Amino acid sequence: MLDIKDRIFTNLYGEEPWDLAAAKKRGDWDGTKELIAKGREWIVEEMKSSGMRGRGGAGFPTGLKWSFMPKEDDGKPRYLVVNADEGEPGTCKDRDIIRNDPHKLVEGCLLAGVGLGATAGYIYIRGEFHNEANILDAAIQEAYDAGLLGKNACGSGYDYDLYLHRGAGAYICGEETALIESLEGKKGQPRLKPPFPAMAGLYGRPTTVNNVETIAAAPTVLRRGAAWFSSFGRENNAGTKLFCISGHVNTPCNVEETMGISLKELIERHAGGVRGGWDNLLAVIPGGSSTPVLPKHICDTAIMDFDGLREHQSGLGTAAVIVMDKSTDIVKAFARLSYFYMHESCGQCTPCREGFGWVYRVMQRMVTGDARIEEIDMLQQVTKEIEGHTICAHGDGGSWPIQGMIRHFRPELERRIEERLAAARAA
Amino acid sequence: MPKLTVDGVEVEVPAGATVLQAIEATGKEVPRFCYHDRLSIAGNCRMCLVEIKPGPPKPAASCAMPAGENMEVFTSSPMVEHARKGVMEMLLINHPLDCPICDQGGECDLQDQAMSYGGGASRYEEMKRAVPDKYMGPLVKTIMTRCIHCTRCVRFVDEVAGVPTIGALGRGGATEISTLEAGINSELSGNIIDLCPVGALTSRPYEFVARPWELSKTESVDVMDAVGSNIRVDARGPEVLRVLPRLNEDVNEEWISDKTRFAIDGLKRQRLDAPYVRGADGRLKATSWTAALNVVAEKLKATAPEKIAVIAGDQVDAEAMFAAKVLFENLGVQNIDCRQDGMKIAPGTPRGGYILNEGLSGVEKADRLLLIGSDPRREAAVFGARIRKRWLEGDFKVGVVGEIGDQTYPTELVSLENAAEFLQGASRPMVIVGAGALARADGASVLAYARSLATVTDEWVGFGVLHTAASRVAGLDLSFLPGPEGQDVAGILAGVKAGGIETVFLLGADEINFESLKDAFVIYQGAVGDDGAGAADVVLPGAAFTEKDGTYINTEGRAQRASRAVFPPGDAREDWTILRALSEVLGSKLPFDDLTSLRAQMIEKVPVLGAIDEQMPGAWGDFGEKGPVGDEPMHSAVANFYMTCPISRASPTMARCVQEFMNSSNQEKAHA
Repeated sequence: MLDIKDRIFTNLYGEEPWDLAAAKKRGDWDGTKELIAKGREWIVEEMKSSGMRGRGGAGFPTGLKWSFMPKEDDGKPRYLVVNADEGEPGTCKDRDIIRNDPHKLVEGCLLAGVGLGATAGYIYIRGEFHNEANILDAAIQEAYDAGLLGKNACGSGYDYDLYLHRGAGAYICGEETALIESLEGKKGQPRLKPPFPAMAGLYGRPTTVNNVETIAAAPTVLRRGAAWFSSFGRENNAGTKLFCISGHVNTPCNVEETMGISLKELIERHAGGVRGGWDNLLAVIPGGSSTPVLPKHICDTAIMDFDGLREHQSGLGTAAVIVMDKSTDIVKAFARLSYFYMHESCGQCTPCREGFGWVYRVMQRMVTGDARIEEIDMLQQVTKEIEGHTICAHGDGGSWPIQGMIRHFRPELERRIEERLAAARAA
Repeated sequence: MPKLTVDGVEVEVPAGATVLQAIEATGKEVPRFCYHDRLSIAGNCRMCLVEIKPGPPKPAASCAMPAGENMEVFTSSPMVEHARKGVMEMLLINHPLDCPICDQGGECDLQDQAMSYGGGASRYEEMKRAVPDKYMGPLVKTIMTRCIHCTRCVRFVDEVAGVPTIGALGRGGATEISTLEAGINSELSGNIIDLCPVGALTSRPYEFVARPWELSKTESVDVMDAVGSNIRVDARGPEVLRVLPRLNEDVNEEWISDKTRFAIDGLKRQRLDAPYVRGADGRLKATSWTAALNVVAEKLKATAPEKIAVIAGDQVDAEAMFAAKVLFENLGVQNIDCRQDGMKIAPGTPRGGYILNEGLSGVEKADRLLLIGSDPRREAAVFGARIRKRWLEGDFKVGVVGEIGDQTYPTELVSLENAAEFLQGASRPMVIVGAGALARADGASVLAYARSLATVTDEWVGFGVLHTAASRVAGLDLSFLPGPEGQDVAGILAGVKAGGIETVFLLGADEINFESLKDAFVIYQGAVGDDGAGAADVVLPGAAFTEKDGTYINTEGRAQRASRAVFPPGDAREDWTILRALSEVLGSKLPFDDLTSLRAQMIEKVPVLGAIDEQMPGAWGDFGEKGPVGDEPMHSAVANFYMTCPISRASPTMARCVQEFMNSSNQEKAHA
């Protein structure tokens, strides 16, 4: 279990005020000027050796991503964009960071901006986070008033502006290039890659898009050192991570833990255990709704980090653990998720636009068993026709849950179909 | 120059080329719906997926992927076949498959590619999506349920037409292409019909008219403006049913204007299908060719040559003008003119003084453009799109002298006095004078002033005239102009009033002031019963541009040949044959019996008419007439894009366009 002194997000539960004075007491904005003075390369190297992997879901090594920004300065702007469009079902970590510890994010924006050689940062916050946006807005203002942002930020000689932009509630705007499009005032639709944002992103300039948690953790990583951060977790899965545990547990919560904690320990220790006891567990979606579901027998031994979950053909994603006990209608649950992916498709690519409507309609029939056995395979094939064939990862993210469900709950699908058939025959 | 292999075949492509272009360079076909050479890359249909090594273990959209050194591309690996089949299945699940009642049937990309790349049967058993149809004006019919969301139409109106009126509303499966119930107010809107890979956008006038395999297809040239767009005329039996663009990079790329495409239904109305002679009761009566030609011959014989005048119209082929010129010059007539709008291009003007010297594509090389009384958007819509294309590349300014309509790129209002200043500093400035500016009383001074503004070097002739009449450049090349003692159009009209001119022969001329012709004996030869025929005492029915083989020279001085797609209606005849027959009755036989010998003699006199499809450079010299230019603002020669000639005036489709787009109260109603 993570020692309380090793937590990065010390005010995750809002026990103390969020404002600048309180944040400073907790250690934020401490020695920021000195960290900036160590220079761009040091920051990137430190992030690289910390082994931090992006906390937004894909798990791309953060330091490596930062190093993709062009080295030479052509005098024109380049940007850091922070993705606060937290929309993955089950995920609620960024919201709590912004709500209770916004200065971690604001300071992180400055330090990451230095690491990227950025001239300005944009935080794209989900429109539904109204109160959080107000708090973050106020926190940014506090930082400006205290001279921590803007011209000569923190007295370091570095000029850096930070802007807050509210989204309008589209899941796809959490995809980095759709987010950039939306930020530019266009319809939020993912862009073709290449070119990648590091070459041509916001307004055609080099841009790096990072998750809130990644950026908010960066100042602490830099302050306490890469070695400290990488001392947690396993090789290639270093550090601490916020887990969002929801669903059929006794005390749903956000909690910071070391990477590589076992799923069972995470749920039992922090979320008060599964409702009705561990044996009442049916399945867990380990990393937000896009990651394939794990049935109980895998949950018994699953390790919560990128590689540990990949072994079970799932993923850590955003570490949003959705727990389902045996009262769950698992098919109905996934029919609802397939509705979500249909509804949130931007409509650009054929497979995603047309395919998720198809998947949802078949899933609706699967709920009542109004289908044929061979349609289970067809459903699986349809998701395979979507996966990997689209511009962005929405096609993958919407296909995986269905594939995971079929992989582990095929008997349940078959049972419903057969029962309905039997009932029809009897009638 | 990256080198890569496509299915094991090595190919080298220019830097910046896409994988799709590399694959095509090897002669292989890549299925696609959203990709189009002339539009930006959307990459959304996912039909062109190919496998690329090295790369992630999933297929990539070849249309959007830059070709890289040492790439290995596979176009028919199991991964690619699976992806294509999947995409095709997805495209079809919500497509209505109403091919039997779809106008696109037989020339549909979706049909063709479903045959080549699709699975045999559908596995989709759910309800299909239905989408309400959208109103896009009188030209484009929509059946939006068929739409596959390739966004070609959206990109076309945004990028090429410059009238961003189409967009995608909603998201996911509920995405709908819409104009918010307004017509597409673009002169190029018909091109989205060609671009649409399915039957979602089809031609409204052509709806349910024919199947593509019923049509005879004739490659020809358009005469609705002076661009000379290359077209294909599709006809069935005696009827021209539609006009489609033909590819010509130098002239119209692959676009045509709405007038070119849709005015052809005017060819079926108001046609002159028999010779007419005005009787004693003042009414035109149908008669025989012999009778009509006898009346004309008698009248011409009875009139002294200096009292005869000939005016050629805007859509006359060079052959007819040549025949008329030879015939009337043999009679001693000197009052000959092809400039019915009164354009002040004097006889003897060097060719460089009346063509668009750098060609229509030359504007793409220019870095500044000055339009003097010219409205490319309405006078030559396809050329307007090319100017916009140049503007989109950046580093290009357009100045405008006079009150012309809005263009599809930003323009800067420039006065003639400041024009030189505007052009200063540009390395390849282009000055374009419009037909409207040259038709003014001070047109010759405008021409001289424009010449003085132009930069002319060995490599760059930054001067051009944008004509509006398809026959004009050929007329000037043929010197279909007043002889030394002859009168021009204004002189002829004045002469009629004063009594100096008694007989006027109109060769398809309909744009003159017929009020002043009241006192003359008027012979009209043409295809459509418009003002000219109404004012005539004898009507000789000629052939329209789709009904004869003719040569036209476009505004850049490129001779092109139109071909006969159908026969003229009734007793109407090809124009040069009428003049040949008349010459026989007159006893002054023209020295040619067939088109070949006519053309040989014509080309001998005017060699540029024989350089088919080539833009022949013009001689540069002194032209225009130095003098003051009046203060009145210059206007375009085209006030109403949809109606500029007898054919378009007779066209019901063009009338509907006028109602939709020129009538402002109607526009408001549509929005209300």
